[in-house]
Amino acid sequence: MSADVRLENVWIRFGDFIAAKEVNLHIQEGEFFTILGPSGCGKTTLLRAVSGFLEPSEGDVLIGGNNVAGIGPNRRPTALIFQNLALFPLMTIWENITFSLEVKGAGKSERRKKAEELLELIALPGQGDKMVNELSGGQKQRVAIARALCAQPDVLLLDEPLSALDLKLRQHMRTELRAIQQQVGITFIYITHDQGEALTMSDNVAVMREGIIEQVCDGTTLYDHPDTAFVASFVGENNLFRGKVTDVSNGIAAVETPEGTLTGVVSGKEESAVKKGDNAFLFVRPESFRYANGSDSGNTVTAKVFYQEFEGHFWQVFLDTLSQKRVKMSFVNDGEEPQHKKGDEVSISFNEKVATVLPEGPLAAE
Amino acid sequence: MNVAAYWQDFFRRNGVAVALFLLISVGFWVFMMILLPQLFMLDFSIRANVPPPKFGSEEHYYTIEHYQYMIFGSAQSTDSYNIIDLTVFFRTIIAAITVTIIDLALCYPIAYYLAHVSKGGWSRLMVLSLIVPFWVNEILRAFAFKIIFGSTGVINNFLVAVGILSEPYDFIRNDVALWAGLSYAFILLMIFPIYNAVESLDKNQIEAARDLGSPWWRIHWRIVVPHAKPGISSGCTMVFMLTAGALAAPQILGGPSSLWFTQIIYQGFNQAGNWARGSAYAIILLIACIAFVLIMMKIFKVKFGELMR
Repeated sequence: MSADVRLENVWIRFGDFIAAKEVNLHIQEGEFFTILGPSGCGKTTLLRAVSGFLEPSEGDVLIGGNNVAGIGPNRRPTALIFQNLALFPLMTIWENITFSLEVKGAGKSERRKKAEELLELIALPGQGDKMVNELSGGQKQRVAIARALCAQPDVLLLDEPLSALDLKLRQHMRTELRAIQQQVGITFIYITHDQGEALTMSDNVAVMREGIIEQVCDGTTLYDHPDTAFVASFVGENNLFRGKVTDVSNGIAAVETPEGTLTGVVSGKEESAVKKGDNAFLFVRPESFRYANGSDSGNTVTAKVFYQEFEGHFWQVFLDTLSQKRVKMSFVNDGEEPQHKKGDEVSISFNEKVATVLPEGPLAAE
Repeated sequence: MNVAAYWQDFFRRNGVAVALFLLISVGFWVFMMILLPQLFMLDFSIRANVPPPKFGSEEHYYTIEHYQYMIFGSAQSTDSYNIIDLTVFFRTIIAAITVTIIDLALCYPIAYYLAHVSKGGWSRLMVLSLIVPFWVNEILRAFAFKIIFGSTGVINNFLVAVGILSEPYDFIRNDVALWAGLSYAFILLMIFPIYNAVESLDKNQIEAARDLGSPWWRIHWRIVVPHAKPGISSGCTMVFMLTAGALAAPQILGGPSSLWFTQIIYQGFNQAGNWARGSAYAIILLIACIAFVLIMMKIFKVKFGELMR
């Protein structure tokens, strides 16, 4: 069984502090949905409202169409995977996994059988008699998933469960989580501040800032067509050019910046989010820049190479424009030495189709 | 590592001054404060009862007559066992067990509340209000209990006034005051070990259990109590030992008919002038208490090291 989750006009207040502000979300049945945001943006609070550990100050939470107001976490069809996993260290693995069955009064043989089934699913067959502290980080992770799945929830809630793992394992667990989700077919709501996790695993992502949902869409749309300056600056890396809109035609805006007039695609929540005469932000991703050659007409910026950083699969080049603005560009490491050296004056350019023009707004903290 | 190397390392790590201080103070503590008095007590208990000038003389011979007396009574008695002393002994042990259980039942919820439910200022206020009464000394507290539980004390006055009782109830004669006084006397020794243990439990564990459908009692049974077991055992051990060995509260609050085993020991030393018998009885109480605690630890699978956590 799987269920959809609906948050309708949800407000959550702690005294004067507003953790969630008029949140409206519809999470489809069987979807892998991610709520992405910097720490303190209210995403965990929202998750706790779905799991039942707190009640919204206003608004409704509906799971499978049923309003769950007043229903405690032990009676909701949700299971939560905690950031620190919260496995029970004094129980064996199989007791951990089948705790929800123990609660329902299932017999020992039934529980052992179910535990073995789930251990199979998480690729830890025959490890049921071990204690929690005998497992590695990734194994504990999988046991936490099995324990949650054993409760047969309609919705699985995950609160940054991968944050404690090292990079390689995290990447591996992303794939694994996604595979498990496809296999069991229930709704996953995943909380993270890591945009890589959000983009790789999710069907849809909601970006949250200070209790507000900024944008809800799939990963590629989020990256290529951010709705707000916050999303543009928080998801992936972006170079920001501030300026005044001098012209808008066919969805392309010309923005007069200290680096010259640059053009980009108008994005934003509304159709005509920026108009002529508005102050606007123009975002260009590091990978959208390239060294200009003679044939480039517009969108060329003159800059001096300040520093080049080698990151393995690509080079990061930091440049200073004539107006002393630091710009970052990156290109794939093809085995060749970088074209330019520190101090070289170069022209860099970008295609207007991959630049985004957005109305001014709050940015993500650096 | 061999012994010499260990001590060399010990001195090197701590420096000579600190190492010497540690050795001497710990040695003094263990030997002078713990071992030596008990050894003298043991020696007294297995010798004949003679006045001090004759200590070491031939009349001060070794004997187990005081231990025999505890079980069989005096040779002149017609009873085959020392019914009075044995009854008091077992009653004391059972009373100590009961007081321990009462304290555990009272303190576990309080400790849990302090550790996981109450917040900041409020919980500090609660801790303070638990500690402050213990600034009043034990004897005064016992007398205060005697007053409020007395036939004209506030409790009786209140119960009679609201009509629950038609005439005052003798709380003293029926040992209610004694039980209350003893339960109260060592309450902190139960609360704090449990509080420490419960407090170190990750709140997420409680929430995880709840999220998995568990009712509150199962959360306690399966998550909180197992985690707090070392604290519970150490609290129970202390309360049991100290209750069994309490003297002031039974002396002041005990009814005329009730005698605590420590009172018999006290009589041996102070009134009967029989230090040998007093020592023997004290040793019996000590060994009985230790044995009981060890058996309980075995039954509840508590490891010795856990008591120190």
